[in-house]
Amino acid sequence: MKKPSSKSVRDSLTLACCTLLHTATDAQAELMEDIDIDTAVLYYSESDGRVSLIEPVVKITSELGEDEFVSLQLVFDTLTGASPNGAQASNIAQTFTSPSGKREYTTPAGELPLDDFFRDSRLAVTGSYEKPIDRLTKNTWTGTFSKEFDWLSLGAGYTYAKDFNQRNTTLTLGAGLALDTINPIGGTPIPLSAMAPPSSPQPKETDESRNTVDLMVGVTQVLSRKTITQFNFGVSQSDGYHSDPFKIVSLIDDNLGPSYGQPNGTYLHESRPDSRQRTTLYWKIAHHLTEDVINFAYRYYTDDWGVDAHTLDLKYRFRLTARDYLQPHIRYYSQTAADFYRHSLLASEALPEYVSTDLRLGEFDTLTYGIKYGRVLGKNNEISGRVEFMQQTGESNPADAIGEQQNHDLYPDLDAIILQFSYSFIW
Amino acid sequence: MPLIVKSIFLFSLLVFFSGCEMQPVKPWQRGTLAKPEMQLVPDELENFLDEHIYFSKEAATGGQGVGGGGCGCN
Repeated sequence: MKKPSSKSVRDSLTLACCTLLHTATDAQAELMEDIDIDTAVLYYSESDGRVSLIEPVVKITSELGEDEFVSLQLVFDTLTGASPNGAQASNIAQTFTSPSGKREYTTPAGELPLDDFFRDSRLAVTGSYEKPIDRLTKNTWTGTFSKEFDWLSLGAGYTYAKDFNQRNTTLTLGAGLALDTINPIGGTPIPLSAMAPPSSPQPKETDESRNTVDLMVGVTQVLSRKTITQFNFGVSQSDGYHSDPFKIVSLIDDNLGPSYGQPNGTYLHESRPDSRQRTTLYWKIAHHLTEDVINFAYRYYTDDWGVDAHTLDLKYRFRLTARDYLQPHIRYYSQTAADFYRHSLLASEALPEYVSTDLRLGEFDTLTYGIKYGRVLGKNNEISGRVEFMQQTGESNPADAIGEQQNHDLYPDLDAIILQFSYSFIW
Repeated sequence: MPLIVKSIFLFSLLVFFSGCEMQPVKPWQRGTLAKPEMQLVPDELENFLDEHIYFSKEAATGGQGVGGGGCGCN
């Protein structure tokens, strides 16, 4: 078989980029001599047979003219494993109906209920076009298409950046829009409806949607020949369906008796508010020491669901040789629980309007640490690999646990490993 | 924790605004700042993949930009 020439494949990629983004003419395509290709593969795996992810990504970038860039990024990820369904552990075996109502699964006594049929694939395509207006100003447009089995997301973004102060200060304004459509098999569950008996159809609503608007203002400042910093303020408003169609809530028997504190056999589909406002403050600084580079970021996050979060992220790049480096990384994250987060509901209490047992809406900390090795082979030609470990810990024995609940871990730790291999080159 | 966070935040503001008082760095003095490792996002794919992981596992998200689009992972 005749091998296609690298030039013809490259030209095809270039044209694909331009056609998708409708930005370049044939004449401009001729200007594209070098194409930057960035590739990476991520492997993420949680302990105890929970979620595993393989995510390859390729980004192709070409310079159309002076400081005018077009890029195309392709992502394909595959998820497998088991995900907590939101129900609480019990000292008797529990049988659940799948979200589609087509199958059932049983969790042994004493174990956290996991839906072990958790698998999905996602294809995401992002196009970006960056064009200077003049020497000090540039526009960037992005468009994203992301599709998985039961979820479609379309996104668009625009960023305006202007330099001041002899190009030592950059003001950035950004706006983004995302339109999501959620269509699990048979529709989304009715909030707070009871999970149907095993192998029965679940009560369902039609497909749902969610719209998100993001606004951001940022300032980047050169502090010295060796230091640069950035400060961003962002707000986000999302309206529509925010519940997780796969999460349920245990009703706990709180009548004194042998089953006191255990699930009473009724499970409700969770219910979340239909809007969410998020605010972020983000600060980052990069400083070049004699040979090494230190990169630090801090983010404060708050939303109207009652979640406040702090994130600290530190990377230190040790220069080993002119070409090789080692980069340790540590990240600490801490969040408060959403107002409607509960580990379970009591059978005797009135149903709240909103409730979720999703561990991601609980109070917890995440610690990530690891190291990366990279070897620079030339201009935008680098090979690197990293290994990191992630640990999430929450309140395993909350004060409001009753009876049998006190014998179970109501917030099991999550441990995960992150492996990534990257290769960048010029075509 | 709050005290640490407040301290970091105030320190960041101090550093940030103190920069405004400094002498502007001239174009010919930017050799170090132009290095790939001195970019605010030195490895875009790594940053993208990390954002995906943490978006899937934590309630907080955002801060770095706009227009990312969603996914069913959270």
